[in-house]
Amino acid sequence: MGDLVIRAEGLSKRYRIGAHPRAYRTLRESVVEAAGAPLRWAGAAMRRQLRGAAGENEIWALRDVWFEVHQGEVLGLIGRNGAGKSTLLKILSKITEPSAGRVRVAGRVGSLLEVGTGFHPELTGRENIFLNGAILGMRREEILKRFDAIVDFSEVERFIDTPVKHFSSGMYLRLAFAVAAHLDPEILLVDEVLAVGDIRFQQKCLGKMETVGREGRTVLFVSHNMPAILRLCERAILLDEGHIVADGQAQPIVARYLNLDQTVQETIAEVEWPHPADAPGEEGVRLKALRLRSASGAPQAEFDVREPIEVEIQFWVLDEAPNVVPMFRVYNEHGVCVFAAAPTHDGLFAGRSRAAGTYTARCRIPGDFMAEGTYALEIAVRTLFPRRFFVPRVKLLNFRVHDRGMGDSVKGEYRGVWPGTVAPVFDWRSEFSPRVESAG
Amino acid sequence: MTNADSEFVGPVSEIAPSRGWVALKLRELWAYRELLYFLVWRDIKVRYKQTALGAAWAIIQPFFTMVVFSVFFGSLAKMPSDGIPYPIFAFAALVPWTFFANGLTQASNSLVGNSALIKKVYFPRLAIPIAGVLSNLVDFALAFVVLLLMMVYFKLWPTVAILWLPLLLLLAFVTALGVGLWFSALNVEFRDVRYVVPFLTQFWMFATPVAYPSSLLHEPWRTLYGLNPMAGVVEGFRWALLGNANAPGPLIWASATAALVILVSGAFYFRRMERTFADVV
Repeated sequence: MGDLVIRAEGLSKRYRIGAHPRAYRTLRESVVEAAGAPLRWAGAAMRRQLRGAAGENEIWALRDVWFEVHQGEVLGLIGRNGAGKSTLLKILSKITEPSAGRVRVAGRVGSLLEVGTGFHPELTGRENIFLNGAILGMRREEILKRFDAIVDFSEVERFIDTPVKHFSSGMYLRLAFAVAAHLDPEILLVDEVLAVGDIRFQQKCLGKMETVGREGRTVLFVSHNMPAILRLCERAILLDEGHIVADGQAQPIVARYLNLDQTVQETIAEVEWPHPADAPGEEGVRLKALRLRSASGAPQAEFDVREPIEVEIQFWVLDEAPNVVPMFRVYNEHGVCVFAAAPTHDGLFAGRSRAAGTYTARCRIPGDFMAEGTYALEIAVRTLFPRRFFVPRVKLLNFRVHDRGMGDSVKGEYRGVWPGTVAPVFDWRSEFSPRVESAG
Repeated sequence: MTNADSEFVGPVSEIAPSRGWVALKLRELWAYRELLYFLVWRDIKVRYKQTALGAAWAIIQPFFTMVVFSVFFGSLAKMPSDGIPYPIFAFAALVPWTFFANGLTQASNSLVGNSALIKKVYFPRLAIPIAGVLSNLVDFALAFVVLLLMMVYFKLWPTVAILWLPLLLLLAFVTALGVGLWFSALNVEFRDVRYVVPFLTQFWMFATPVAYPSSLLHEPWRTLYGLNPMAGVVEGFRWALLGNANAPGPLIWASATAALVILVSGAFYFRRMERTFADVV
């Protein structure tokens, strides 16, 4: 016996779409056609429903997908909306059939495609636990055995005998997830159920899924929540327009996915507009230039981790303007804003208004501060209070920070990935004493 | 990549496109019988929650129909009733008829009504229309009690033929389910089926000897008339409970055959269309 649990071979799924979505027809349309040629119509109608009529637009939600999953893997499925992730889970759950190819599965499959499936608003919490549990595939004895654990997890004990339509949305979600969390399948398929719910609920879900993964069950997890994927999954599959684009370690694939969302992958060190007429901005403020330079002043977009980064912002004020100030933000590969900076203490930007003219603001991001990675620089020109944008926030530059691994950065001799959103070097003061003794 | 099953941790099942006619997979349906129970339980519980009259609705429908029939067909039109007082003649037919009509209507709308479930969870879809028909058994039981009370009132005692009742009920169930399977599967693709059903049920009632006796017809028409399965059910009920002078005989066999044909064909059509349900519903 090997340890394979899932093998997908050439899986494909096709859907009919059209300008007039013909998801269902009316009998009248069909009868009018049938009046012409009864037998031909009957055959065609059946074939049409089963295969999708020729000539109508079709999309392939999944196209020739091959992959294997081994027992105990926690696998993340990521991709843009419409990439085919949910379709893949639906096929694995046997809710919909593949159009071509096949999947071979060993083990009981439990699907969490939606939280609270089958919940009926008129029934009480207690009744819905049984109903939902049965729908998810639990036997009645199983539900009885776990009933107390489920109610406990959901924290709605006081309301367990009230009709669910009186629950708040938070209580509803907690109860629904509590039932699903106590499913015991060998293979668990989870589809973006964390997209709804407050922080506490999401943390609880993630925690439970971590437990499930640690118990050695196989989990396939679809999500748009990259931190959750990184937290739970060692392996990830990236889908794009129905194809598998990447399959391997989660970290690099997540990074690649996030780059897929940004259309720019090269670095850009500067942008400039020679004339105010074409430049971005409104109401008398126009952006003139945005540049990244090395400490020596040359335009540069690739920096060593030890190097300082010079940021230069130039903008025009065409007529007198209120107290606008340039502000930039730096975003990392995960879409996180690492920091924002503005010349709040600079004398030039202290006054109540700005005279017409060209403004240049420069600042220096110190070396030994930025972590390795690729960054986007977003610029805005605005008044801080009231909040009004004259050059609206726009990401214009990309730059990269490398660690050459010479041993002089914060990493020292370490060769791996240094964690953290920033990578500062602090002053450490350390002591040593040869004795081992208790205090006092 | 070899295709040896030994590479897997356990017994392997395969998910692949199905072609043509699909097996009924009754064993799997039996494995999901608890879910079927819960679906029926849910339908019954929900039906009368927050209603003022609650379960009384199960009795009101056949009872008031009987009253109207008794006035217009029984008294005014002087319809013959095989030697039985007209009200109970009609009511004994209305009780199984109401079960059938409601079962059929619910089964026909069941797939579309449970579209959320169908799109999100796997289980044998046959369970849905079956639950739709089964949930009317409770209503039937209540109306049946009223029927027994009426029999006491009219001083009509059942014969030993009452033992046929469960079989006749089964016949009504089979018919409702058979037609319900056809309609529920059709309704997913053609949404106007749900508007056809009430009209069809009305028409069907008049094509069934509910308000009138089948003895109005001579043989062989009477047996052919039995191809309407509900004719067999209704006449059978009357005969079993009230000791009808005209035993239905061959008519019931015609009904049973027709019902079975509808059920089996409906089941296979349903299973064949099942692969499209989650995508179209």
